[in-house]
Amino acid sequence: MIRTQEYNLNFGPQHPSTHGVFRILLTLDGERVVKAEPICGYLHRGVEKLAEARTYTQFIPYTDRLDYLAAMLQNWGYVMAVEKLMGVEVPEKAEYMRVISGELSRLASHLIAIGTYSLDIGAFTGFLLAFRERETTMDLLEELTGSRMTLSYARIGGVAADAPDGWLEKVDKFMDKMPTCIDEYDGLITGNEIFQARTREVGVLKPETAINYSISGPSLRGSGVDYDLRKAKPYGVYDRFDFDVPLGKNGDCFDRFDCRMKEMRQLVRIIKQAIQQIKEIDGPVIGKVPKVIKPPVGDAYAEIETSKGIIGYYVVSDGSPKPYRVHVRRPSFINLGYLDEMLRGYLVADVVAILGSLDIMLGEVDC
Amino acid sequence: MFENLFVGIANGLRSLLGGLPLEINEAIVMLVKLVAILVFILVNALWLVYMERKVAAFVQARIGPNRVGPKGLLQTTADIGKLICKEIIIHKDTDKLVFMLAPMLVFVPTLMVFAVIPFGKNMAAIDMNIGLLYLLAIGSLSTLIFWMAGWASNNKYSLLGGMRSVAQMVSYELPMVLAILGVIMITGSLKMSDIIAAQEHTWFIFSQPIAFLIFFIASVSECNRAPFDLIEAESELVNGFNTEYSGMAFAMFYLAEYANMLVSCAMVTILFLGGWYAPFGLDFIPSWLWFFIKMYVMMFIIMQLRWTYPRIRVDQLMGFGWKVLVPLSLANIFVTGIGMYIYRAIGW
Amino acid sequence: MIENASALVEELGKKFNYVEINEQSTVIVPADKLLEFMQALKDDYDLDFLTNETAADYPGENKFEVVYNISSIEKGYTIMVKTSVNRDNPELPSVFPIWGGANWQEREIYDLMGIVFTGHPDPKRILMPYDYEGHPLRKDFQWKGGRE
Repeated sequence: MIRTQEYNLNFGPQHPSTHGVFRILLTLDGERVVKAEPICGYLHRGVEKLAEARTYTQFIPYTDRLDYLAAMLQNWGYVMAVEKLMGVEVPEKAEYMRVISGELSRLASHLIAIGTYSLDIGAFTGFLLAFRERETTMDLLEELTGSRMTLSYARIGGVAADAPDGWLEKVDKFMDKMPTCIDEYDGLITGNEIFQARTREVGVLKPETAINYSISGPSLRGSGVDYDLRKAKPYGVYDRFDFDVPLGKNGDCFDRFDCRMKEMRQLVRIIKQAIQQIKEIDGPVIGKVPKVIKPPVGDAYAEIETSKGIIGYYVVSDGSPKPYRVHVRRPSFINLGYLDEMLRGYLVADVVAILGSLDIMLGEVDC
Repeated sequence: MFENLFVGIANGLRSLLGGLPLEINEAIVMLVKLVAILVFILVNALWLVYMERKVAAFVQARIGPNRVGPKGLLQTTADIGKLICKEIIIHKDTDKLVFMLAPMLVFVPTLMVFAVIPFGKNMAAIDMNIGLLYLLAIGSLSTLIFWMAGWASNNKYSLLGGMRSVAQMVSYELPMVLAILGVIMITGSLKMSDIIAAQEHTWFIFSQPIAFLIFFIASVSECNRAPFDLIEAESELVNGFNTEYSGMAFAMFYLAEYANMLVSCAMVTILFLGGWYAPFGLDFIPSWLWFFIKMYVMMFIIMQLRWTYPRIRVDQLMGFGWKVLVPLSLANIFVTGIGMYIYRAIGW
Repeated sequence: MIENASALVEELGKKFNYVEINEQSTVIVPADKLLEFMQALKDDYDLDFLTNETAADYPGENKFEVVYNISSIEKGYTIMVKTSVNRDNPELPSVFPIWGGANWQEREIYDLMGIVFTGHPDPKRILMPYDYEGHPLRKDFQWKGGRE
């Protein structure tokens, strides 16, 4: 009988595949994971505390820094909570601009997600191919908002500015091209035999467990649970668009990846419809909002579907110009709650595959 | 005229040293040959790093290095220059002797192997009669060096890398040797020049296609290239065995990878692609250039593989080696044996 | 059949005599009945998805308010449940046995707000260092060093 011994392996915080400063303390038996202890907090900036010392408007740029890959969606979630608190009406045109810029943000985020995932699995080319289209997306967003990543485009009661001339046509043209690019990724990454061998039946997440552990976004839908806030309880103008919610079957890494892939095709449909509809709308992009934002005493919770899952903002007002308390329900953070059990029994290489398939964003995890 | 360029140089050197006793004369010529091979490998390794980056750029719709020198040709030289200037960090828990020995020795197996490789007609430094056996035996030594590096680093990631390298060697050396057996059965010799001579009319890639595939896969695995680059696996093991190496020690491993590729491609060329023989009667191109072209075609394929495929997982690697390649190579030997018997029975 | 959140909240107000409903349709539960009530929400009303759990500090009233936003995947509505806990002895039963999603959220609340959740499997700090003193999101928290 050979005597074997378990040992600890520090996976991170400085590790190329943790997508930031995230640490997993792995207890290994050879290459097999016996226990995993996720440790986060290396990027904790105390955003929630900072919010208490800022005015409502000043906090918008901080939300960018949570998920800097899909900044518009973060802005949107926050302003929705404040609007709910104040009872502000958002003009129709602003809602459409939010949809277009938000879905472009989602596209940018999903491109990174699939790109870095193929990098995690070991295919470097997929990463750079995804970056090619992301660059176009970033350029479009820059033209709209003036910033590539930290957009701060949403305002309480609307959006910062109307689309520049010809911008919508550019987006439309890009959206015409996008499906062929997605076909290309499918050909290079999704259809690859080794990629499928690496990701199928790895990190299986059962639908009951996923619901119980509050996992959201493509990670939840990969398990076959049909819960997309855009469909389940449409906010903004999402009830006017015709789109499908892609679902997985087995809840393994491949399904989670594939959900993101298919979601990109759906968001192309959404943007195209939004551009069609916005052309018939005229009006302001920001509603009637007082100069100094002083919501009435009370609290509000609003949530939207971002690229990582459900982002929720809980805002408490005490009647002053500064929020009394802001809490962010971060999808990446909560999706990690089940990581330990998910990793057990898999190999070191699978740790990378599973962690990557959850698509976490450390700015959001550590808040 | 070009055909016998190098042979001519060697003969010229011999006659130049004609006054010396025969043994000394031969020793000097041999030394010159080996130094020439050394230079050849090093220049090739430098060039291959550049080529890989250009191929990667080509695959990934980028430009690649284009700043240092014309078309970025001197990029690798600049990189090596930088790495030479850098400190080699030896952290306090390493096994210092073994740690430093590994990068020093990493080129040795490769250089030794090159001694028997025939680069063209009559262009092997030594044409041993057990050349192939020697090549296989020495070629697998490099695993030992990776294991040394992984062990001496005293880093768990490196250790995992080292362990993987041994496991990989054990399970891929076997199908590799078994695949070659098919070729040896036909030629009946282990001598490189005999093996090439047997391919004058038909390359073994056509008569032994399965052996070629197995050998190619196994040799990609042997030189730790994607999709079998498990011992480096930068996304999981953070470069595995060479995590702790920096400066020139790292560069040695880096260059050795390309030198190993060169060996693998040379072996594929010798065993399956007809060595220096010109295809389609294109004899006006000298034999050594043909050898070179064939080698670089293989090299290009290996590079394309790396930039297209994801990495395989360690249990899948073992499974593929033992459950697919080994049985397949055994079957290949069996079929080759029957085929040869029938061949003789017909009396062709 | 309950179709939307306000109908559900109304029904809850009728059925459980210890809960209070405020004008924003928030259900307010006393801390000692929390687990019992939550279990009933999950078992009888299909509220299977604990979206959000957080806390707010009210030193003026000497209490912490713990907020639960619970959704139903099938029906798509969300309700807000609140409970209060005394500031001097902040202890609350963990809802981890009911919804696994409380796992990290309760650790975060403990870390930043200092509310102890009894029955939590791994009650450790999560964002701050393990040896950190104090709970930063409390209103009376004073940071040491740095600039104000």
